Amino acid sequence: MALVLNEEQQMLRESASGFLDENAPVAALRALRDSENLQGYSAELWQQMAELGWAGIAIDEAYGGLGYGYTGLGVVLEEIGRRLTASPLQSSVLTSATLIQLAGNESQKQALLPAIASGQTLATLALQEGRVHRPTHISTTATAADNGYLLNGAKVMVLDAHVADTIIVVARTSGTTDDEEGISLFLVDSGAAGVKAEAVTMVDSHNAGHVSLTNVAVSEDQLLGELNNGYAALSKTLDIANIGLSAELFGLSTEAFERTMTYLRERKQFGEVIGSFQALQHRAAEMFAELELARSIVLKALHAIDSDSDDLPKLASACKAKLCEVAARVSNEGVQMHGGIGMTDEFEIGFFLKRARVLQHTFGDYHHHLDRFALLGGY
Amino acid sequence: MSDMEQFRQETRAWLEENCPAAMRTPVTTDADQFWGGRNPNPTHPDQVVWMERMAARGWTTPTWPAEYGGGGLDKEEAKILRQEMGRIGARRPLESFGIDMLGPALMKYGSEAQKQEHLPKIIKGEVRWCQGYSEPGAGSDLASLQTRADDQGDHYLVNGSKIWTSYADKADWIFCLVRTDNSGTKHEGISFLLFDMASPGVTTKPIKLISGSSPFCETFFDDVEVPKGNLMGELGKGWEIAKYLLTHEREMISGFGMMRAKKTLGETASENWGRAGERLDNAPLRHSIARFDLDTLAFACTMERVRDESNAGQGLGAASSIFKYYGTELNKRRNELLVSASGDVALEWDSEASRGGAISRDWLRSKGNSIEGGTSEVQLNIISKRVLGLPS
Repeated sequence: MALVLNEEQQMLRESASGFLDENAPVAALRALRDSENLQGYSAELWQQMAELGWAGIAIDEAYGGLGYGYTGLGVVLEEIGRRLTASPLQSSVLTSATLIQLAGNESQKQALLPAIASGQTLATLALQEGRVHRPTHISTTATAADNGYLLNGAKVMVLDAHVADTIIVVARTSGTTDDEEGISLFLVDSGAAGVKAEAVTMVDSHNAGHVSLTNVAVSEDQLLGELNNGYAALSKTLDIANIGLSAELFGLSTEAFERTMTYLRERKQFGEVIGSFQALQHRAAEMFAELELARSIVLKALHAIDSDSDDLPKLASACKAKLCEVAARVSNEGVQMHGGIGMTDEFEIGFFLKRARVLQHTFGDYHHHLDRFALLGGY
Repeated sequence: MSDMEQFRQETRAWLEENCPAAMRTPVTTDADQFWGGRNPNPTHPDQVVWMERMAARGWTTPTWPAEYGGGGLDKEEAKILRQEMGRIGARRPLESFGIDMLGPALMKYGSEAQKQEHLPKIIKGEVRWCQGYSEPGAGSDLASLQTRADDQGDHYLVNGSKIWTSYADKADWIFCLVRTDNSGTKHEGISFLLFDMASPGVTTKPIKLISGSSPFCETFFDDVEVPKGNLMGELGKGWEIAKYLLTHEREMISGFGMMRAKKTLGETASENWGRAGERLDNAPLRHSIARFDLDTLAFACTMERVRDESNAGQGLGAASSIFKYYGTELNKRRNELLVSASGDVALEWDSEASRGGAISRDWLRSKGNSIEGGTSEVQLNIISKRVLGLPS
């Protein structure tokens, strides 16, 4: 596969860019933050996005999706990253639909994927328990009970926790904390008795929250994938999700960089535009080179998903680590190069800094993924 | 079977048949590279065999036009050839500044007679070229060069000196920037001359580097007569050619060090620092190596992407400056890490255990990568001005 966007993907980019410019600029996120909206996203915007097919972009046509693949979803996420648009695309489509496609049986796929693809159902993944992402560190239990299981535990960093209809709970059915073996996945109705989901106000004004599970009864039918063997599908889903989030980080970083370059060409101090100072020029040029590398590895990793490459785990961690590094650098420099105005809430560059950090942390940050990349490389 | 699939199979069969076993081993030292020329001095007889077989098909220059002896392949076919050579670990048959630098400029700016004269000899490895650019007073500020070519009616008389001329002592011909007019700005009045290094008045003197090797020379011109027909492009318009050629030089330099690795840094470090279970037993070194491997991977993806974009008719403006900057900085990092990963033996200068100080000599040589062909700082200037549009 040549490392370029094909015609279909280029058209998708143009249409996504035009739609989001009109309907979801950064100002929309500010308005959402400052409003009384308790949902944390615009339901009207989400409906429009679903009508454009974005909620089903990477879902097979057999299940009501567009079947454009993950490169297509990555293109949309990049454009979303440029505008910091808040929506359930990451939780419901990028992560949950992927996991259901990988692990679900036919009736689960039929029941959930078309509903997710149409935007009607929101699903999310409840994975993390401690303060940092450690995907095998699962203490939530699923113990056998009449015709099913009882779930007990507490989850954090659950995207769109309080608005999701279906929560995919990662629980332990055997083994001890940190074992890959013994991890099972359950499809839990957010309205079930014993489920408590609450929003946490995050620095980036996007949705995340906590989920607690107290003796939540689930049936055998709600087991997603094989008992005790849920980790393989979970791990692959995390690889795919991290690549998608990297595409979003790439869009975010590119936009923050371009805004900073515009400022450098306009702002005058000491009687000259500050962009004429070599101290700033060289840092800008280095960032540009890093962004070119970031663009390449994101596209490579998206293609690796669509071609079902054996290198996916290593490429996913490489991609996320690189984008975490680049996004941190560009968002920090964005504030620094804007000077005092970059520190004000009124100016938008700070929104990029905030969103970058949450995206970096979601499903593993730079340190997590660089370490995993080294381990997969044999050292 | 598609045409491309058929081409792949034929290429594979031909390479299997014609690439000698010795030419399928990794290039690990300068002696493994073959440069051709009037006095080729091969270090292995198969170097000549392999080069001549490839040259006969034009595959020393796969995409050059067949009318001059090139391979005449399109980009897709050339990619297949590259992949198939990579598959069996085939060495590049001919190292050549004629191929990497002069050739593209010659095809763009040279006269038909010049193309007819020089391209076939470059393709067949018969003439080895060197580049006369830098001068003692014109390094990063290349356009301030002072070597003169005075019009003497039927010829130019060249006087001056060049420095950092790679392999001038081994080269047969030189492509050289000279000043033919002093009246305008420094970028005006520069011309591009081709001449024989055997011409009376040309002398060279090797420069010993901190690595102990001497790939570079000082080159002196003392009343060297160059025929008028050896002017390439328009008189006084040589700077445009110089810049065009520099983009090819940068791409060449940025590829340095991408090929020489029998073992990964992780493996080398593990051997010398030890293992703790499934990890290299030093966390900071692990981190440094991982960062390097990550950037190397992203850089390789970028080279692949830019090549594919170019094939698809898209393009990245300052690609060569990014490659030159990033590739050379990566190579310096690799060499630093190799010294760390290898332990103190890497700092021995001529012992057997250090293979004659191979690691330290490469490490020292790599320091020049971000200086030669335009320093890293010059590349950053080019990116900030030409790509980012930041003002002077």
